[in-house]
Amino acid sequence: MSIRVEGLHFGYPDGVTALCGVDLVVESGERIAIIGENGAGKTTLVRHFNGIMKPTSGRVLVNGVDTATREVSQLAREVGYVFQNPHEQLFARTVRAEVEFGPRNLGYPAGRRRRLVDWALEATRLTAHSDAHPYELSLAERKRVAIASVLAMDTPIVVLDEPTTGQDCAGVNDVGSILAQLRDSGRTVVGVTHDMDFCAENFDRVVVMARGRIVADGPTAEIFRDDAVLAEAAVEAPSMTRLTRRLGWNRSAITVEELVSRLDHRERGPSDHPHGQ
Amino acid sequence: MIRLESLSYRYAETPTTVLRQISLTIPKGQLVGVVGPSGAGKTTLAQVMSGFIPHVFGGEVTGAVTVAGRSVRNTPLPLLVSDIGLVSQNPFNQLSGAKFSVAEELAFGLENLGVPRGEMVSRVDETLRRLRIAHLAERSPYQLSGGQQQLVAIGSMMVMRPGVLVLDEPTSQLDPAGSGLVFDALGELRERGVTVVLIEHKLEQLAEVADRILALVDGELRMDGPPSTVLAADELADWGIGRTRFTAAAVAAATHWPCGRPLPVTLAEAAAGFAEGAP
Ligand SMILES: Nc1ncnc2c1ncn2[C@@H]1O[C@H](COP(=O)(O)OP(=O)(O)OP(=O)(O)O)[C@@H](O)[C@H]1O
Ligand SMILES: Nc1ncnc2c1ncn2[C@@H]1O[C@H](COP(=O)(O)OP(=O)(O)OP(=O)(O)O)[C@@H](O)[C@H]1O
Ligand SMILES: [Mg+2]
Ligand SMILES: [Mg+2]
Repeated sequence: MSIRVEGLHFGYPDGVTALCGVDLVVESGERIAIIGENGAGKTTLVRHFNGIMKPTSGRVLVNGVDTATREVSQLAREVGYVFQNPHEQLFARTVRAEVEFGPRNLGYPAGRRRRLVDWALEATRLTAHSDAHPYELSLAERKRVAIASVLAMDTPIVVLDEPTTGQDCAGVNDVGSILAQLRDSGRTVVGVTHDMDFCAENFDRVVVMARGRIVADGPTAEIFRDDAVLAEAAVEAPSMTRLTRRLGWNRSAITVEELVSRLDHRERGPSDHPHGQ
Repeated sequence: MIRLESLSYRYAETPTTVLRQISLTIPKGQLVGVVGPSGAGKTTLAQVMSGFIPHVFGGEVTGAVTVAGRSVRNTPLPLLVSDIGLVSQNPFNQLSGAKFSVAEELAFGLENLGVPRGEMVSRVDETLRRLRIAHLAERSPYQLSGGQQQLVAIGSMMVMRPGVLVLDEPTSQLDPAGSGLVFDALGELRERGVTVVLIEHKLEQLAEVADRILALVDGELRMDGPPSTVLAADELADWGIGRTRFTAAAVAAATHWPCGRPLPVTLAEAAAGFAEGAP
């Protein structure tokens, strides 16, 4: 399931132009992160993927079909979207009812529905909170309810808007495991994040946005070596990139895992064996 | 100054004690980071320090809380809020609901305090510039991106210049440059004598800016000390707080880290250690 964005412009009714000419292709099974400054248009862009926003001009195609010709309810079968702010997404009276809403609405049979809901609650460590009212939970837990609700819809494309916001270390690791499971089951995943370390650890390709445009798009390690782009988009390199630069490595590392492996193999520069070959 | 003496708290109609026997003193002008896993009671602690507990949320408080020389229990909330600012975890909850532009939103609290117009305008302008949101001044606070709204929420407290500022995960939706800006601004406030309590999951940044770290787990104050000690402690990982990437790197690459050298919590410490450990 692919996403294709062509010449996308979007203006809010009050006159704010949030997207001014975005072109992007996300192939089936890819796992991409979108990063960039506050107000760059990340949320506005990804809300076009499931059709809750429609282009002012340009096109968004999901698996070849123009979203302008589709209802949100039709696209819900293909694209799951986790809202940046869980308040905008949650409405049911219990956690379980919230998570069950999507698959029920999509008409999945009872058995499949139960399996999906159980798995989604488990993956987000919410099983013990199944009967709680979402508003009794802490903000971080509510965000996990929002993630679980989308996972339970079992869509081929999953879009997560700042999934790690407010999560503690265990919560961030859970999101990482969820991303790995989604990849292993062949899903197309788009994640919006401000956490550069998390981005480096979990995504293969990074799209950088600033002022309503995509200013860079490439493999994660390459993007994080491009200082000009990072500065333009108000982001910074991951902790390990900053550390290895400070140490004078010719080619910086992006994750702790890479740092350790290159220390062990005495690989610190471009003359070394390229990482991962 | 903030002083808690054997503070315990239970929300109304719930059986569990959410904060247990917490005693601590935070002197004026200290910047204290609070870390803890989700559900540890960090937000509850912030509400205790700012008087929302017990004045807004009922529940059962035992022990004493003194902030800026006042007993929180015996001081009415309007008097407390002129001294103590709370930036709440969800920026949306913080908006007044009464104002149609970001500039007016920032002026709202000052109006209520009766600050003269000229000073109000200059304080609002200064805050807009400091947080780099001057371009949003005339926009509706409800039609902003998540991060922009969070900056407005922070600004609406900074503009009040309280002597005590409590911030509950204030940078959770900010881009890295914006987070850096907020951390720098808090460092400056500390220099000017403001007492700052900062609840944060971003351990790397906290290590750079905090004078002291409190680790809150299951409602108990488990550790209280300088960042270099608390953030390097092994227990942090067991408690689900995790560790900085710099600490994690030194642990994972133990054979490259100089024997006997304390674990790093900042970029500078990590760089110095790995440079020395390099064969
Ligand atoms: N409901 C709205 N009405 C008008 N303008 C809006 C609205 N929501 C967002 N905007 C504006 O559109 C632009 C893009 O916002 P968007 O939410 O897409 O940014 P973002 O990249 O997701 O930012 P953040 O990292 O802060 O979440 C910003 O200038 C923002 O102020
Ligand atoms: N209004 C409330 N009524 C009853 N219990 C509550 C209420 N608010 C929080 N709790 C409970 O108090 C405990 C501490 O919650 P608190 O929100 O202080 O945690 P936290 O450390 O801020 O977590 P997070 O990192 O997720 O924000 C949790 O067990 C929570 O379920
Ligand atoms: Mg956004
Ligand atoms: Mg909290």
